[in-house]
Amino acid sequence: MAVAALASKPGISPATLTHLQRLEAESIHIFREVVAECENPVMLYSVGKDSAVMLRLAQKAFFPGKLPFPLLHVDTTWKFQAMYEMRARMAAELGADLLVYQNPEALERGINPFDHGSLHTDMWKTEGLKQALDKYGFDAAFGGGRRDEEKSRAKERVLSFRSAQHRWDPKNQRPELWRLYNTRKATGENFRAFPISNWTELDIWQYIHLENIPIVPLYFSQVRPVVERDGMLIMVDDDRMPLRDGETPMMKSVRFRTLGCYPLTGAVESTAATLPAIIQEMLLTTTSERQGRAIDHDQAASMEKKKQEGYF
Amino acid sequence: MTAQVSSKAGAHQSDLIAQDIDAYLQAHEHKSLLRFITCGSVDDGKSTLIGRLLYDSKMILDDQMAALEADSKRVGTQGGDIDFALLVDGLAAEREQGITIDVAYRFFSTDKRKFIVADTPGHEQYTRNMVTGASTADAAVILIDARRGVLTQTRRHSYLVSLLGIRHVILAINKMDLVGWSQETYDTILAEYRAFAAQIGITDFTAIPMSALKGDNITEHSDAAPWYDGPPLMALLETLPVEDDLQSRPFRMPVQWVNRPNLDFRGFSGLISTGVIKPGDRIKALPSGRESTVERIVTFNGDLDQAVAGQSVTLTLTTEIDISRGDVISIATSPPPVADQFEATLVWMDDEAMLPGRPYLLKIGTRTVGASITEPKYKVNVNTMEHLAAKRLELNEIGVCNLSLDAAIAFDPYAENRDLGGFILIDRISNRTVAAGMLHFALRRSQNVHWQALDVDKAARAALKGQRGRVVWLTGLSGSGKSTIANLVEKKLHANGRHTYLLDGDNVRHGLNKDLGFTDEDRVENIRRVAEVSKLMVDAGLIVLVSFISPFRAERRLARDLQAQGDFVEVYIDTPLDVAEARDVKGLYKKARAGQLKNFTGIDSPYEAPEAPEIRIDTTKTSPTEAAEQITAWLEGELDYSI
Repeated sequence: MAVAALASKPGISPATLTHLQRLEAESIHIFREVVAECENPVMLYSVGKDSAVMLRLAQKAFFPGKLPFPLLHVDTTWKFQAMYEMRARMAAELGADLLVYQNPEALERGINPFDHGSLHTDMWKTEGLKQALDKYGFDAAFGGGRRDEEKSRAKERVLSFRSAQHRWDPKNQRPELWRLYNTRKATGENFRAFPISNWTELDIWQYIHLENIPIVPLYFSQVRPVVERDGMLIMVDDDRMPLRDGETPMMKSVRFRTLGCYPLTGAVESTAATLPAIIQEMLLTTTSERQGRAIDHDQAASMEKKKQEGYF
Repeated sequence: MTAQVSSKAGAHQSDLIAQDIDAYLQAHEHKSLLRFITCGSVDDGKSTLIGRLLYDSKMILDDQMAALEADSKRVGTQGGDIDFALLVDGLAAEREQGITIDVAYRFFSTDKRKFIVADTPGHEQYTRNMVTGASTADAAVILIDARRGVLTQTRRHSYLVSLLGIRHVILAINKMDLVGWSQETYDTILAEYRAFAAQIGITDFTAIPMSALKGDNITEHSDAAPWYDGPPLMALLETLPVEDDLQSRPFRMPVQWVNRPNLDFRGFSGLISTGVIKPGDRIKALPSGRESTVERIVTFNGDLDQAVAGQSVTLTLTTEIDISRGDVISIATSPPPVADQFEATLVWMDDEAMLPGRPYLLKIGTRTVGASITEPKYKVNVNTMEHLAAKRLELNEIGVCNLSLDAAIAFDPYAENRDLGGFILIDRISNRTVAAGMLHFALRRSQNVHWQALDVDKAARAALKGQRGRVVWLTGLSGSGKSTIANLVEKKLHANGRHTYLLDGDNVRHGLNKDLGFTDEDRVENIRRVAEVSKLMVDAGLIVLVSFISPFRAERRLARDLQAQGDFVEVYIDTPLDVAEARDVKGLYKKARAGQLKNFTGIDSPYEAPEAPEIRIDTTKTSPTEAAEQITAWLEGELDYSI
């Protein structure tokens, strides 16, 4: 059913494409352009809902062929268990080449979100990503960034160029006209490609709904053990989580609007256990998506800084 | 606090969401998409308008609203009231950091449509930014401050909108509350704009009187202007036709990727630019011209019975023909032309100026080829639309140039197809995108590829005369002997039964070019006209002898570029300056030396000798008669009369 909705129906005269059909076509086009013009592309796979949509779009772009690039998960060892399960499942179902990279220095030093604050993100994600890209020599990395995520991303280009040192040079980005992407770069330079730049959070959910795309169960409400900490509901996903004085895990019906490292990702109290219910809740909600991420709680410019350093 | 500004449309949607999410989803899965650009400066209320659209379509969430309220009190310009502009501003700080912002994209949706708004900030880079934003827009909203009327910048924005071929233009006459909703003011602005718009090719536009700040005529028809009976902005945006006309045009699909997962499958993937395709349709691959038939339209969701413009698909064919990335698959009955030389409009986007003759890369559709550009024929003053002479294009300048490509490409004029007519130029060294361009037409058809022979074409006309039409272009200093030699050559060719015509510099200046002087621009125009006339004559099958000083390489290059390859024979009448001056048949050198003639070639204006002429005549060793014999012999030996 959902499948037929996106495809042109036989015998019906051409009609205006829906917004999801146009977004899908644009994303597929971006995937194909980058793969056709780059030597060694990779897709950054974070296991979240945006990654799930990206994966489906990539499958569509190259169907009936397999994905012509590996998936790279820059792991922090602190993701939700359910995410690791989904990662294994998707790699197996797609027959995809899955690369998991963990920054060896962070591993050795036992960097964690409880003791190391922002160093956790810096080392595992920002440094880890750079190391992984260097290790495999990838010259293009697909990411799931969307322009609607926050004000500073509204101006973000589909292709974001990085120096050989992975620096994002804001003065050296290229204008993007029509459907033309300039993928030329010098040896060592690389870029991030954002095929779902023009999708909104609602588009993502609608597409997941229409296409019946598997997502991590954490997005659906369920009774889970959580503690309330610094104004956020943090799920006690394993026994590595040190409880503060007076903290006892409570069983609450919660779900997650975004997924990251479990100690840094706030849950919302909810009873939405189906996709329509999630979408309903999202549409009627009154706070923006990123509010659930501890990482963004500092200042608005923080994303910009992180991007200059290579995180996205 | 949002009660007095809360959107009715938003409220209505919320009810449906709350009561029947499945019905809501079903409706929203069938929304269409409209991309539009807003043009205007901060003073026109552009940010306020975008902020208002986001707000009225309920895209502002509580945490954002709280921040907006706080910011409005702190830094707002509305005396503590909500300042919608703050929702989209915030680019100032980024500008200070030196971050290049071409375009910021904003998203909102109503129950009918999803919208992507391209917002182009900045004054310095305005042309570059606006062209970038406009390149993907279906519609443009041009803002006018009712107090100030049609300004220079309104003209500039409108010109760029027209240049980029945006079909739907909405004239938002804003801040009507500040002119007391005067219909007279509105009508005056409208009349002025209509007269101007017609001049730049905008024949159809819709004007709306509004106040973005107060929310009048944005989502609801405003009572403030009972004399206005048109739709409010949102209703108009919701009903503009989108891309529907693309499907009625001939099928075109630039091939992005040859999908070959195994030996049994070979598919050609791409995004359909125009038209409709079905299995069984006869197609033609370009530039090769090979034909086949569509077997299947393959997608992840199953094979399709037809696919339309805007969809990304994979086609398989019934026969194996050679198609690669960069080719265009078209419907066989109506293929695009193929050529390698074009006239195009360029918008220069790089700090480093455009250099004529420098090799760039050109990316069009999925094809990248080497390209060189001639000097601009003219550049356009974007404020007045005047055509100005130019030797180069600087950042943010727009000009019309000829392009010469390393290889032939399939194309459509930009006005007919953005994908097959819009291109970017890339610097080979820095890899920067240095220009955006729009193809107008091919300067000539490629030699080897003919789609459809015209019943009577150049070759047919020449064949009837038993010759091949060509231009024999004699260049050299004044007094070098060009005219004498050209006259002798024509006599010989004529005696041989050839059909000829001699265009002499002096003679042409008595007629066709008598309005031209000797300034640089006029010299260029002089050559351009003669080159065009000789092109017509070659097309008619004639052998054209052109005897012109034509001192600059670029101009001769221009004349050469107009002709098909091999149809331009450059003859350098090589006479040293001192010899020519000593002859001084017309007494001109004497006058020039005496300062009575300005810009005289060889004296105070340079002569750039040809680097690789087909024929060189050294007049210090060769008499005019010998020279004429040499040229005639070369031509008769070269001319292939069998065509």
